Amino acid sequence: MSALAGLESPEGETPASGDALRVDGLDVAYRVRGRHLTVLRGVSFQIARGESFGLVGESGSGKSTVALAVVRYLARNGRVSGGRIAVDGSDVLGLDREELRRLRASTVSMVYQEPGKALNPTIRVGRQVAEVFEIAGVERRQALERAEQMLAKVRISDPAAVMRRYPHQLSGGMLQRAVIAMAVAAEPSLLILDEPTTALDATVEAEVLDLIASLRQELGTSLLFISHNLAVIRRMCDRVGVLYAGEMVEEGSAQQVFSDPRHPYTVGLLRCIPRREATKSRARLDTIPGFLPRPGELPPACIFAPRCGLAQERCRTEPPPMYDVGPGRGARCHFHDQAQALPRTPEAAAGDEPDPAQNGHRRGQPLIQATSVSKTFSLDGQTIQALERVSMKVRTGETLGLVGESGSGKTTLARVLLGLTAPDAGAELILDGQQLPPVSSKRSQAQHKALQIVFQNPDSALNRRHTVRRLLSRTLVKLGGYRGQEVMRRLLGLISSVRLSEDQLPMRPAQLSGGLKQRVAIARAFAGDPRLVVCDEPTSALDVSVQAAILNLLGDLQRRENVAYVFISHDLGVVHYLSDRIAVLYLGRIMETGSADRVFSGPHHPYTEALLSAVPSLEDAPRERIRLEGEIPSAADPPSGCVFHTRCPRKLGAICETTEPPLEESESGHAMSCHIPLTDLRRMQNE
Amino acid sequence: MSVSSVPVESAGAIQAAGASAARRQELLRQLARSKLFWVGATILLFWIVCAIFGSLIAPDSPLAQNLEAINQAPSGSHLFGTDALGRDMLSRVIVGSRDILIVAPLATLLGTVAGTAIGLVMGYFRGLVDEILSRFVEAFLALPLVVTGVLAVVALGHSNVTLILVIGVVFTPLIARTVRAAVLQERELDYVAAARLRGEGAPYVMFVEILPNVLPPILVEFTVRLGYAIFTVAALSFLNLGIQPPASDWGLEISQNYGQVAAGYWWEVLFDALAIASLIVGVNLVSDAVEGVLER
Amino acid sequence: MLRFVLKRVALALLTLWILSVIVFLAAQVLPGDPGRSILGNLAAPSAVRTLDHQLGVDKPVLTQYWTWISHFVQGHPGTSYQYQSAIGPMLTGALGRSLKLAALAFIIVVPLGIFGGVLAALNVGRPLDRLISTVGLSATTVPEFVSGIILILVFGIGLSVLPISATAPPGSGFFTQLKYLIMPAVPLTLILFGYISRMARAGTAEALESDYARTATLKGLPRGVMIRRHVLRNSLLPTITVVATQTGYLIGGLVIVETLFRYQGIGSLVYTAATHKDFPMLEAGVLTIGIVYMVATLLADIMFALLNPRIRLRAAE
Repeated sequence: MSALAGLESPEGETPASGDALRVDGLDVAYRVRGRHLTVLRGVSFQIARGESFGLVGESGSGKSTVALAVVRYLARNGRVSGGRIAVDGSDVLGLDREELRRLRASTVSMVYQEPGKALNPTIRVGRQVAEVFEIAGVERRQALERAEQMLAKVRISDPAAVMRRYPHQLSGGMLQRAVIAMAVAAEPSLLILDEPTTALDATVEAEVLDLIASLRQELGTSLLFISHNLAVIRRMCDRVGVLYAGEMVEEGSAQQVFSDPRHPYTVGLLRCIPRREATKSRARLDTIPGFLPRPGELPPACIFAPRCGLAQERCRTEPPPMYDVGPGRGARCHFHDQAQALPRTPEAAAGDEPDPAQNGHRRGQPLIQATSVSKTFSLDGQTIQALERVSMKVRTGETLGLVGESGSGKTTLARVLLGLTAPDAGAELILDGQQLPPVSSKRSQAQHKALQIVFQNPDSALNRRHTVRRLLSRTLVKLGGYRGQEVMRRLLGLISSVRLSEDQLPMRPAQLSGGLKQRVAIARAFAGDPRLVVCDEPTSALDVSVQAAILNLLGDLQRRENVAYVFISHDLGVVHYLSDRIAVLYLGRIMETGSADRVFSGPHHPYTEALLSAVPSLEDAPRERIRLEGEIPSAADPPSGCVFHTRCPRKLGAICETTEPPLEESESGHAMSCHIPLTDLRRMQNE
Repeated sequence: MSVSSVPVESAGAIQAAGASAARRQELLRQLARSKLFWVGATILLFWIVCAIFGSLIAPDSPLAQNLEAINQAPSGSHLFGTDALGRDMLSRVIVGSRDILIVAPLATLLGTVAGTAIGLVMGYFRGLVDEILSRFVEAFLALPLVVTGVLAVVALGHSNVTLILVIGVVFTPLIARTVRAAVLQERELDYVAAARLRGEGAPYVMFVEILPNVLPPILVEFTVRLGYAIFTVAALSFLNLGIQPPASDWGLEISQNYGQVAAGYWWEVLFDALAIASLIVGVNLVSDAVEGVLER
Repeated sequence: MLRFVLKRVALALLTLWILSVIVFLAAQVLPGDPGRSILGNLAAPSAVRTLDHQLGVDKPVLTQYWTWISHFVQGHPGTSYQYQSAIGPMLTGALGRSLKLAALAFIIVVPLGIFGGVLAALNVGRPLDRLISTVGLSATTVPEFVSGIILILVFGIGLSVLPISATAPPGSGFFTQLKYLIMPAVPLTLILFGYISRMARAGTAEALESDYARTATLKGLPRGVMIRRHVLRNSLLPTITVVATQTGYLIGGLVIVETLFRYQGIGSLVYTAATHKDFPMLEAGVLTIGIVYMVATLLADIMFALLNPRIRLRAAE
């Protein structure tokens, strides 16, 4: 089946026992409403002992299905319809129930995305980890001891205390460590990690990735690492397979695939990611045109042909085999040697229109200004300080990027601006020089019109019972003030400006893909000609190729409408691409603020520095990393002095624990809340 | 179609997709595929036909007394026997479906509408409004059905309207509780915030934005409650708080003829009991199928 | 935890207060004069007035309410119009009998319902699941008097193995009482089976689909251990709440079974009081049922919190 099948194992036909995992021609189908939909077709790869293999692909590529098939835990309606899977030489599909159980107990284990759900909420963490040893026949008391050792091994600082905790009492990062402890406790020969860090914050993710890498070194476990994040795969894996619509389209060493991709899909995918140097004013992002084919409606030959800029007649008639394109490398493309000549997507050609507002608005009055915004929530008798005297302003036509991990207060700040969350007394909001009432119900229609939002999750943001037409026209009437024929005229203009088609007007959200739904949400935000749009992680629920298109759209709209954005994202690349200025938040306080270039180039606040170094990079040489120790403190009980001192790698001394540093402007427009003098920071960070 | 967008759908997302009209059709198709649904629908249809055309179908007048043929066991001339007044039981059972099939759906509808309105208010406003209404809901739930029934009958007199009101009032807090729970989840979704950012008022948000999204659980609740409504009508009639003689009603008949059972006249209650049971089972089969389809 | 309990108790008291007002006002609004209903249609108007005065029903409504509720709280629910005797002993006797019947029904149905629900969940979508679900739902909605009558016809009259009345001769032993109560308990069992099995099924099915069940399976736990240790504990939490809530509902809804089997429980006591406009008895009875309902719900909440570390620990902090 695969031209690559024999490449990695020089022994050729000798027993596959040399491989920790061997997947041959795997076909998996789901039965959906009486139809069999094939979601994996002829997937083959093998993972040698001690090797780390990455599987990347966008949602719907079938990568999780591969993992579940390997442990034989497909959903009830799923079935392996062809191919073979061998873990450590034993044929997984042929095992009986007891053999399968033994295989899961001793040879293969799995870690998946949401650590909070992976553990039983009613059983103490210690018991759950100890269970693994009990299965292996260890007596209970001893199992608990070994569990505690295991927790220490995954670098949990107080394992005895964590043993006694219930899952809900631990943070996501801590939980994922416990889950990993459980997974490696039996010293499996294969560890499957399905998006293990996707739900975690950047600094925590970096730590967990470090942990996985060192455990692998220590135990010699083979990894099957599944992720949508190319940079994470790049950092963690020796070899990588790219999955597209259920087929493996490219395979090879991670270093080669990412630096010299041979399949147009891989090429396109890599181009979609906003690189450090990319910003909205310099270039639009590349996208991948077209749509992922639905299972059951696949193109006849090359499945990528309809979206491929290189496709020729041959691609539509003759299915490409996995071409051998070098030692251990394969690409399922007839024109693999030309893959990198894939044309740039037309709209990405250049910064098309000039940017008239770019210079004019900068010096103007701030559009919106928030002064001394605090917000305390009370939850079960605890008071949580979500925002602590935060001040910020946004000028017409500019983007303010809000950066920070969960609990930093960035979403709360956005909701305060919109009037969805009332700030504590003492806060002052000013829009266009006029006082802005704190709650949305007290605001005038003109103020509603001026401030709009694009939410993270369009499934939640769009009423699923309303059609696109209704969603948009109601907003045009309410906020735009249009009536009669005018509504329809404006509606057509609106959808064309977000590149939706008229065919989509009678559809409901469920009929649209994630990217199209987000376009509807954007159209709704722009329906009343807003002055400021809050974008709350607008692309984090989307695949990278869709994300690129949405970022381009947001950039275009800003240029055309001269609208300001408050752009919230955990993805620093995305924030950098779209932002003019950036504010970095930690525990409800602004740590650093300044122009985007300035904040990214440094010298940085130590927290900003840690955030930047936590992000895995696609580039080859991993930069010198600084790592944050410990947990993000609870906002209910923030540390004294500088709130960051408990994790700060550059802590000065006692002053950090006692005195909160003021947010001081060091040079024009750049301010930082740190006791360390700027010159010292620059020196430290250049070392 | 836009060139720059890449919708990606997994097998799960495909399940959710589909035009709304097509989705409705699909739901009906799934419903039609369930055998139990058809069994239930047939039973229900049978009793509806009896309720509408009862007097045409019945072999005798249900009220015609024949004192020469009292308490007769089932035979060729009276398939279900006769009662203490010599009335034909078969005819009485057939005609007995009428009032219960009028009262139960109307009462359920009343309870559903009132409960939905209250539940929407509780769930949307939360806070004090919810706390206060919750106390009343709880208090009403603690009030035994018979007490409500007796009080209503004493105050309003015996009639189908009283019956509808009683059952409606008893169901209202139950349905309000279900709706409230659904609304509490729904109001956390961002489309509600988006509506508020458009300056929409509370009634618009509640009824136009939220209500359509909580309709499926309400529909399920309605069909489940319909079964209980039949139960309750029969129970109230059994306690002489419902449909009054000489009208023919199953629950009433059981309570009147129940004394005869010890004398061996089992047919005077058995067929009524079976009629009630079959109607309820029929409604439940339908409601179970509807629930299965809607919640998938 | 203490705060949690205190808050629940306070809310329950508030609800009871509202209930007392509702039933009191309802009794006031009803047509009919207590004096008249005691003395009958033929009594002289002056005699009726005198009696009304003695009963205190000619005083302002608020005064009447205060007199009644303050006496009730002190354990003096007053005198029945209909029986002309103190309500207290009658009420406690009837409540005791009802609780006995309800307890028997619960002992039968709780294990059965949970077993049925779990069995259905383990076979989701298969015929066994459909069977249990349909039977459960139908049993729940077939009125007690229908199933009761069929039981009476079969076991009481046809086979003559069980007494058709629920009231055992005075002074009979445990097993004799059991024999008398078993047939009335079965209709109640049927009613509750549907509720309980449905909840148990839903909870179990959800837990089986959960990520932690997957973790447990992929750890290599045998299926039986996985289900016992990881699934059941989580799935039966909500079921427990339902069971306890139903206790209260059951006590108030016993009237039909009590009528059918001629059993002097609190349900029939309240029913008779209502039909005879015996307001003191009615009000006291409704409030007593309300208290049972609230206590049961409260116990359910506390039990749920105790078994759920998330609530227990949060409340403790």
